Amino acid sequence: MDLHLMTARPTDEERRAVDGLLGPEPAMNDRVVRGGHETRADRTLLLPALHALHAAEGWISEGGLNYICERLTVPPAEAYGVATFYAMFSVQPQPKTVVHVCDDIACRIQGGNALVAELEALGADGDWTWTRSPCLGMCEQAPAIFAQRAGRPDVSLGEATVATVRAAVAPDSTVTCAGGVTAPQVWDPVVRAGLRLLRRLGEVDPSSIDAYRAAGGYAALRRAIDLGSEGTIREITDATLLGRGGAAFPTGVKWKAVAEQSARPHFVICNADESEPGTFKDRLVMELDPFSVVEALTIAGYATGAERGYVYIRGEYPLATERLERAVAEARVHGYLGDDVMEHGFRFDIELRRGAGAYICGEETALFNSLEGKRGEPRNKPPFPVTSGVFGKPTAINNVETLINVLPILELGAQGYSSVGTEDSTGTRLFCLSGHVERPGVYEHPHGVTLGDAIVSAGGVRGGKRLKAVLLGGAAGGFVGPDRLDARLTFEDARAGGYTLGSGVIMVFDEDTDLVDLVLRIARFFRDESCGQCVPCRVGTVRQEEALLRLVSGRTLGTRADELALLEDVADVMRDASICGLGQTAAAAVGSAISTFGLFDGSGA
Amino acid sequence: MSAVPVAPPRRLLDAEVDGVVVRVPEGATILDACRDQGIDTPTMCYADNLTPINACRVCVVEVEGARTLVPACSRTVEAGMKIRTDTDRVRHSRRLVMELLGSSVDTSLASSDWHRWQDEYAAAPDRFGAPTDPMEAGERDRRWAGHHHGSPDPSRAETVSQPVKVDNELYVRDYGRCVLCYKCVEACGTDAQHTFAIAVAGRGFDARISTEYAVPLDVSACVYCGNCIGVCPTGALMFSSEHDMRAAGTWDEDRQTVTNTICPYCGVGCELELHVQDNAIVKVTSPTDNDVTSGHLCIKGRFGFQYVQRRKKDRT
Repeated sequence: MDLHLMTARPTDEERRAVDGLLGPEPAMNDRVVRGGHETRADRTLLLPALHALHAAEGWISEGGLNYICERLTVPPAEAYGVATFYAMFSVQPQPKTVVHVCDDIACRIQGGNALVAELEALGADGDWTWTRSPCLGMCEQAPAIFAQRAGRPDVSLGEATVATVRAAVAPDSTVTCAGGVTAPQVWDPVVRAGLRLLRRLGEVDPSSIDAYRAAGGYAALRRAIDLGSEGTIREITDATLLGRGGAAFPTGVKWKAVAEQSARPHFVICNADESEPGTFKDRLVMELDPFSVVEALTIAGYATGAERGYVYIRGEYPLATERLERAVAEARVHGYLGDDVMEHGFRFDIELRRGAGAYICGEETALFNSLEGKRGEPRNKPPFPVTSGVFGKPTAINNVETLINVLPILELGAQGYSSVGTEDSTGTRLFCLSGHVERPGVYEHPHGVTLGDAIVSAGGVRGGKRLKAVLLGGAAGGFVGPDRLDARLTFEDARAGGYTLGSGVIMVFDEDTDLVDLVLRIARFFRDESCGQCVPCRVGTVRQEEALLRLVSGRTLGTRADELALLEDVADVMRDASICGLGQTAAAAVGSAISTFGLFDGSGA
Repeated sequence: MSAVPVAPPRRLLDAEVDGVVVRVPEGATILDACRDQGIDTPTMCYADNLTPINACRVCVVEVEGARTLVPACSRTVEAGMKIRTDTDRVRHSRRLVMELLGSSVDTSLASSDWHRWQDEYAAAPDRFGAPTDPMEAGERDRRWAGHHHGSPDPSRAETVSQPVKVDNELYVRDYGRCVLCYKCVEACGTDAQHTFAIAVAGRGFDARISTEYAVPLDVSACVYCGNCIGVCPTGALMFSSEHDMRAAGTWDEDRQTVTNTICPYCGVGCELELHVQDNAIVKVTSPTDNDVTSGHLCIKGRFGFQYVQRRKKDRT
């Protein structure tokens, strides 16, 4: 490839920012030529390099991008294509501080809309700006903001007001991430003692590996090493651990398939790009118990024969990123990562990668592309990740919650682990209770708990109001009515009952909620987050939003029934013919709201 | 295709297409199997000389046991696979893809096959409302991923309509006709030219083919091989000669002849198809099944034909 660069040059600051990540530019030397595989392998550093540049300057200039292209041997057009894929990157000059204000479903009903209106009235002041944001994963602290601050650490803050925004953008701001322990169950010592996944939250210092070990940490890895990799996988398989990311794939089967691949190297990835609207459980675990994620991923690496693990973490999670980074460094210092893990002769290390504002990158194959320095567009399957994942190599990719379930499985044994839950849905599950509940937060319940009991555990509907609807499973899930409170939350019940647990979202709406407004926001979400690769999703999400807007305004093309039929036609092609899960579920919540609550049948909602 | 087989013989697989047992070589796609059977399968982003990227989804078929429909162009046939190409689900998705594309992009210059398929599937793109007016030049290029660009008037169907980009003498880019099939990006990149002058930028409906920072082609990496034009299925990329003649109303394919010849410039021996109207070359292509070119050329073969027809008095 003949790399054709732009003529723009980087400023000294831009050069410093990129060199800070990539090291100083190698001295020009007639005798040394770098090229071929060596430089092509650098492509994976494109996203981190863009982050470094953006974090220093607040935008990606032509000179800055050009310098990255030169250092990584990436064609400028492709690097531009990658930079413009992400909502957190600007390729036009902008103020150094940008506040992302969540106006997504959980926040908009709890002050998010009001905050947006106040900021609109305020106007811009030049040093900072703000923009509406999709779900920031802080629904239990609604309304949430995320301040992207070039030259200073990013912060995410809950229960935000205009004063919060002002504090975050002030030149002498001392604001740091809140990091509250928003898992109400752990406040009660008796309840806490019965928890498996959340028991350390708020109790064990997330920055200390000694505290983690004193609280039982690294017993699971020790047990895994005793069992051997095959024994470990057998234990996971016997425990019937099913993936918690939404697809419910058996983790043991996935790990075994990767372990058996002859192609090398193998990779393990922790999918921490939690972006499903209404989901914040993984963030809380990473903020408050980061070592559990490090340990679980190490076990995955040991079991599948991988020497490298990645944690791909959501770009809007500054505190979780900081704590995980620290945990990885601590683990390395103490010999839990590195060339000889626990002096047991296996090599494993973890690298953290930040996303940059793209819901689609939570889709596993899109995540691979993003990691490789490409646009986060999903790949067609097959081939599946277990044979051809990141860098085309066998890859075991698991969501944070799935991974940390490996710890109790190894600590309790498969049988002990399966002693709670149901036969097909073993163990416990994390639920994200938000919206109009008394005590929003992350809750751990055994599989089989009913929807009603889960809501009651969070104090029930706030202010004693009546329940109108629940969004179950996130924006890719569906709405259910109060008649479904006895629904049991297990994989098998969900399948049979036609609802979905998705990422464990239980978002509660009281009788005063405007469901039409929520449906419109969800349609907008999918339109904004579609990667644009395939026609059904790229155009379908636009047509879906347009049709809904027409129905709301009453200015329909033809009759209301025509519009509803059109929506269904679009929903069918998105579900049947889209490349990935985003398009396939882009109409699910909208459709469920319309059919369950008769939104546009004239009776109103 | 080499005249002498250079690959080991491939194992044959049995599968079922619409109830008929078919035997195809291992590695063949469902589209190959359908074509073997003479089953007419609509395609848009597929091309014989490019890696299938299955983005348009108009070729989808039903495979027994699969939750969703699968793209025929890229999915390889597996032994025992049961494929249906004419179910209601398949017809629905194909029709909707045609409607979604037709409602958002100007596909009037797509192949005659495409128009035939639109009729056969009774696609009605106008059911989503009248198309929106063209955007200002450059507006789509500035759209920022994740930042909502809503529909100002939902009674009109949002389109990619925008002014034609003319920034060089050889070809134009009319992105109001772009269906985002990725073919030009593939041809510019690893499938043919390895120049990487263009890529997909932006996201979602705002995704577009772009140079870095949407700079004009003359300062981009473009080497004017024109291979992007050669693979464009909708006339979004077009010889300036064709674009100007269309604008003047003089473009008439019925009056054109095609003469096959060998490019005179170097020793590679690329086959050229000279499209001639009124005794003047109006565009140059190469057959996609040609052993030497696979349909791809360089700037000389593609655009270097003026010497043939420039009169002496024109030369300076």
